[in-house]
Amino acid sequence: MVREQTVVSPEHLFFVAPREEVFITGSEAVAEAIKRANVDMAIAYPITPQSESMHLVGDLYAQGYLKDYYRAENEFAVMAAIHGASLGGGRVFTATSGPGTLRAMEMFPVWAGARQPIVCAFMCRGVSLPPSIQPENIEMAMLLDTGMMMFHAENAQDFYDMILKAYIIAEKPDVHLPVGVFVDGFFVTHTRDKVMLPAGDLKLPPYNPQHAPVPAFDMETPPMRIVRDPLLIKSNFISYAANASWHQEVMAAAQRARKHIVRYMGGLLEVENPHAKVFIAASGTAVSQSREALRELRQEGIDAGLIKIKSIRPFPEEEIVASTVNAHLIVVPEFNAGGWLAREIKAALNHNSRVVAGPRVFGGMTMPKELIVNTVKNALKARAGVS
Amino acid sequence: MSTKIITPVREFADLLPQEYQDLVARGPYFEPKGIEDLGTFKEIIEEHPHCAGCGVSLGIRLVAASLPSPADTVIIGTPGCSFFGLTQTAVNYSNTAFGNQNAVASGLKRMLRIRYPDQHKDVVVLVGDGGIADIGLDLTLHSWFRREKVTTIMVDNEVYGNTGGQESGMSKQGQVLNMAPVGKQFPKIPVFEMAKVSGCAYAVRVTVASPRKVGRAVRNAILVAREIGPTYIQIYTPCPTNLKFPPNRTLEVAREAEKDYYAYEEFITEEAANYLARL
Ligand SMILES: Cc1ncc(C[n+]2csc(CCOP(=O)(O)OP(=O)(O)O)c2C)c(N)n1
Ligand code: SF4
Ligand SMILES: [Mg+2]
Repeated sequence: MVREQTVVSPEHLFFVAPREEVFITGSEAVAEAIKRANVDMAIAYPITPQSESMHLVGDLYAQGYLKDYYRAENEFAVMAAIHGASLGGGRVFTATSGPGTLRAMEMFPVWAGARQPIVCAFMCRGVSLPPSIQPENIEMAMLLDTGMMMFHAENAQDFYDMILKAYIIAEKPDVHLPVGVFVDGFFVTHTRDKVMLPAGDLKLPPYNPQHAPVPAFDMETPPMRIVRDPLLIKSNFISYAANASWHQEVMAAAQRARKHIVRYMGGLLEVENPHAKVFIAASGTAVSQSREALRELRQEGIDAGLIKIKSIRPFPEEEIVASTVNAHLIVVPEFNAGGWLAREIKAALNHNSRVVAGPRVFGGMTMPKELIVNTVKNALKARAGVS
Repeated sequence: MSTKIITPVREFADLLPQEYQDLVARGPYFEPKGIEDLGTFKEIIEEHPHCAGCGVSLGIRLVAASLPSPADTVIIGTPGCSFFGLTQTAVNYSNTAFGNQNAVASGLKRMLRIRYPDQHKDVVVLVGDGGIADIGLDLTLHSWFRREKVTTIMVDNEVYGNTGGQESGMSKQGQVLNMAPVGKQFPKIPVFEMAKVSGCAYAVRVTVASPRKVGRAVRNAILVAREIGPTYIQIYTPCPTNLKFPPNRTLEVAREAEKDYYAYEEFITEEAANYLARL
């Protein structure tokens, strides 16, 4: 059974097609995206809080929206099989969480190095030990330098939009890289939210392997050098130089994605109240909590702004520098113990003593807006020399 | 297959080394070739970095000469000595993370069936004993349990050759090797027996000392995998460098093993036998 859907241009699906409001969970938003993404094949392995979304993707397969789907034996096998399926020249999808991400780790640089436009959703959660299935996005820190592009969704609407747009950005011939679309598990996956959706009988154009900078592995097109002659079997300057330039090209491809991210996602970041002197900079659900904090700060007469970072890789260094030229305080709330986003921002800025790396919550803790408000107020007091 | 895959750009054709020109002009693409024809066509570039007398390289050469449709065959490998030769064969080859080969092959085979529903695209896994029996055992068995239509070939040199002669699960009990300083403490992992009970429709255990048997097994295994289910071939490919015998004794060592503990064995399901008989 094949589902009859109408292929429309990405621009039509994203910006023109009329949308209707539905009240759905983040997991359901994933399925709504995949229903319209013209995906050939998905592979699943269960882990909380990812499982429900991949059940729903399985239902889409049963209904004829996908051509193949199976439950694999573990996440390393999933990501390896997804690599194989993508080598075969089709569009693929999978998703995982926390320990699953770490179990599969060896495959992510392979996807990037093989220049595969794989889209994978990450429903972030804690990683052992102590064990936790609760929301926490430390796994994002571990993926920062895999060569994958990384988008961080704030809510179910973002999650739906970013997954679809990820395919189109990933598949641009001058990009052709994998994209991870991340959300903070449970907060987004397991809560209902208003999401605006276009009609379900529309879908993206199919992936065209003929437009890929690296050919499909199907004996119909000349093979990609890196799979045909692995550079590691020669030990000489030419092979090292070829290897190094291949890496540089992966990084350059992510930089070339910027213009497509601007076009389809409206920028790598969004700034609210750009003339503020005090900013909260965040990604994921910490953005929603920051909005609440902002409202309270304004009520107390503190004129603060918000920087929502949507693209973590490529990272919007220049945009952050530009939007904080006049800022004297940048507070970075995060849902992880390590504080990776604050590190990224500090590395991008001059005078990075302006950055306060916190508040941070983890282990399943929520982030009350008061925590952010107090961090801002305490920092302002400390800077004013008041204790 | 598209002939574009093997046609060099005209301006650069004369810059190709003679061996590559031979691979293009006299490769095994469009006429049926077999072990008997070895030497009359170019299945592999000889300038590969295997050691002299390497059983693995001989195993690869025999497999490369026996593919029923090399023009539509892709080989999935994994780290190990086998990638030296496999990157130099006439067919397309990929290897990535150690031990992931049967999962990669599963995804690839399924996608090729989606994209080419009316053509046979043969997906063949060809890797070492460590790659299958140790680090990749779970992914190998699961591909068989799922009945993935892929042929898996182990080039068994009973050692981790590529990393310098460490014990593998396929090493013989008692053998002293790196990381087995007092000798291996357990017998060879019975992967061949596991294939029979894990869903393989056809399985052969053979050595490089019997090239015709290798050729027949490869052909049958790939044909059965097209229609019936997973297939497995385990080829004894001794490693002179790490098992420390003179490189001119490789075939002798294989022949002795065949008499002793590596006897030829074929397993075939009724369905697969009927299918082969109908061809
Ligand atoms: C995850 C990982 N662990 C270890 C290695 C190192 N490694 C590369 S090849 C190899 C041994 C291969 O042995 P085998 O599969 O028997 O093949 P052979 O070299 O003997 O042909 C090992 C341990 C690796 N590449 N990746
Ligand atoms: S180490 Fe052994 S298996 Fe590896 S190339 Fe040398 S002889 Fe062959
Ligand atoms: Mg070995």
